[in-house]
Amino acid sequence: MKINDWIRENTYHHSAFADLKTLVEQKKTSGLTISLCIPTLNEEKTIGKEVVIFKSEMMKRYPILDEIAVVDSGSADRTLEVASSFGADTYLSAEILPGEGSKTGKGENLWKAIYQLKGDIIVYIDADIKNIHPRFVYGLIGPLIFRPEVSYVKAFYDRPLTFSDSIRPSGGGRVTEILTRPLFSVFFPELTAIIQPLSGEYAVRRSVLETISFPVGYGVETSHLIDVYQKHGMKTFAQTDLDQRVHRNQETRDLGKMSFGIIQTFLRRLRRHGIINSEGDYPTVLRQFQAHDDLYETIEWNIPEYERPPMITIPEYRKARNLSPN
Amino acid sequence: MSSQCGPILDSLNEYVRQLEGIREAVFSTMVMVNEIPAPTFKELNRAKFLVDRFSELEMLNTSIDEKGNAIGILPGRTGDNDILVTAHLDSVFDNTIDHTVTLKPNVAIGPGIGDNSLGVAVLGTLPLILRRIGLELDSNLVLLGSTRSLGKGNLEGIRFVLNNYKRPLISALCLEGIKIGRLSFSSIGMLRGELTYKIPELYDWTKFNSVGAIVDMNDMINRILEIPLPRKPKSTIVLGQMEAGTSYNTLPTKARLRFEIRSESDEIVSSLASRINYLAEEMTSKTGALVKFNKIALRKSGGTEFSHPLNNIGRNILNQLGISPRITPSTSEVTALIDKGIPALTIGLTDGENGGDLEESVFIEPISKGLAQLAGLLRAIDEECSKEH
Repeated sequence: MKINDWIRENTYHHSAFADLKTLVEQKKTSGLTISLCIPTLNEEKTIGKEVVIFKSEMMKRYPILDEIAVVDSGSADRTLEVASSFGADTYLSAEILPGEGSKTGKGENLWKAIYQLKGDIIVYIDADIKNIHPRFVYGLIGPLIFRPEVSYVKAFYDRPLTFSDSIRPSGGGRVTEILTRPLFSVFFPELTAIIQPLSGEYAVRRSVLETISFPVGYGVETSHLIDVYQKHGMKTFAQTDLDQRVHRNQETRDLGKMSFGIIQTFLRRLRRHGIINSEGDYPTVLRQFQAHDDLYETIEWNIPEYERPPMITIPEYRKARNLSPN
Repeated sequence: MSSQCGPILDSLNEYVRQLEGIREAVFSTMVMVNEIPAPTFKELNRAKFLVDRFSELEMLNTSIDEKGNAIGILPGRTGDNDILVTAHLDSVFDNTIDHTVTLKPNVAIGPGIGDNSLGVAVLGTLPLILRRIGLELDSNLVLLGSTRSLGKGNLEGIRFVLNNYKRPLISALCLEGIKIGRLSFSSIGMLRGELTYKIPELYDWTKFNSVGAIVDMNDMINRILEIPLPRKPKSTIVLGQMEAGTSYNTLPTKARLRFEIRSESDEIVSSLASRINYLAEEMTSKTGALVKFNKIALRKSGGTEFSHPLNNIGRNILNQLGISPRITPSTSEVTALIDKGIPALTIGLTDGENGGDLEESVFIEPISKGLAQLAGLLRAIDEECSKEH
């Protein structure tokens, strides 16, 4: 499939799904259930607003969401208390599937949500969005409700309703444009059509989610795209423009850590799919530098990108969903 | 108070309990309203949002009029009378300000959240609020998100509605986010004005030994403060905003002073305005700078009596809810209603802090009482126990 053709046929603006009455009717017809998962770590400033808006607008006013869950990595602040006070179901990631142990990272929360949440579709939305709005939900689930062949809808952020006739650059953040898209261009050119591959907001059918593995750290979004692409091709993806996303900016040093995690995930997949041949483990230590007056010193960060296996392979999950044992 | 109102007072505590369950609908609407910037004269996006809410709630005649007001009608059982409920849409904050809201368990924080995003949100959820407590009114409710209320807007939005609405309005309630306990049923005389100071381009600094706009306007401020104000009728001059200068070492050639004269007497407002105008003319003649007095907005004093049944029930409702009524005259929407002879009350919906700041906040816990107060007042008006007989 040509990339521009794919973009034309599978790229939406959230306003295409703003007729919520129709969306509710179509959801009823389809018989699908939808869960929202908000992974958190110290998000007390923004979590209350997200929960209130989604619960009030997307559950009570329009019964689109069947469940709103906050899955927390062990916040030191009042994230869970605030979320609970506004009516979300709250879970500590470590207490879900305790037999599988506990890892640190957002991907761990996303993975455990597959077990804990009930929906046929799970919508993942980060907790640090300052300008949260119902469009973050309806824009992502719209393509899944109306197009059965689509299983994975990714968010991107732009403002096409106000564009002029001139060409404007459109794309992702720094890590996307410096690392991820160049890598996709070399190894998986079709995936370059995903405008913001690292965005933390996406909606996915359970039937797809349960079959892919989950890096627990920075590589989870990249691994999803590669694995789903390898299994199902571009026809299973769509993407929706959610306009602007106001959030806190990350320091360049933190982006370095993110890039390091993504590279590990990428290399592992290249090897798994036979694209590169190499043996042995890659180093998991990232080195950065800092200066004290005239003295330069190395800081070492150990960033192992541990991966959770596909949830469908976990016996407790199979039992909970009445699937035959492996 | 008419004895008819007794059952209303008896219902209030139950209303408070029932309305706990509607708060999140109010919060979510409040957040979304606040995050749509709406400085005076640029309220259209906020008005569209409110009209969409009205339409979703299946209200009638939902529309945006030629002044940008958002209007919808919630029909009553008989529809014999019309009651106006209004909240101004505009805020003092510019488009460029970050309008995002932080919501904590006990407080919501954001610029303009109390003045008047909460008021607009309650307007946008009023049908749900009434449904929640099972209150069906005989009267039609005319819900109005009014534009051009503040500053130079000079209540243009609500005045347009009052001049063009075709049916009589038996009473009106004006919603303000903060503070609960406030009751405004009278307006004080008010004149909002500005003094502009401008040095002509050909002005010769060395010849006139000028000190520039800031020093001259400082002198002007001192002269204004020397104007004697009567203790009765109560009168005051508020010097609200001053602009002048561009850098450390450039003599400013322009300045602007914004002020408001308030008095219980229209004559005193007029007399004080004349004094300030005289000071402006005097400074022009002495300095060679052009000092102009511009009148921005004017309100006449007036209102209903303290003992008017609507005001009585307003106080009784607050007392029943355990809140001390604070009677304050107003210069906002209620004055336009008073001008038209419509009995009207401005009420606050909750407590809050930092009004007018970027960190403006509303407290969440008292909102249920604020909503119960509104429901009680609507019922009192509808059942005509707030009416003079």
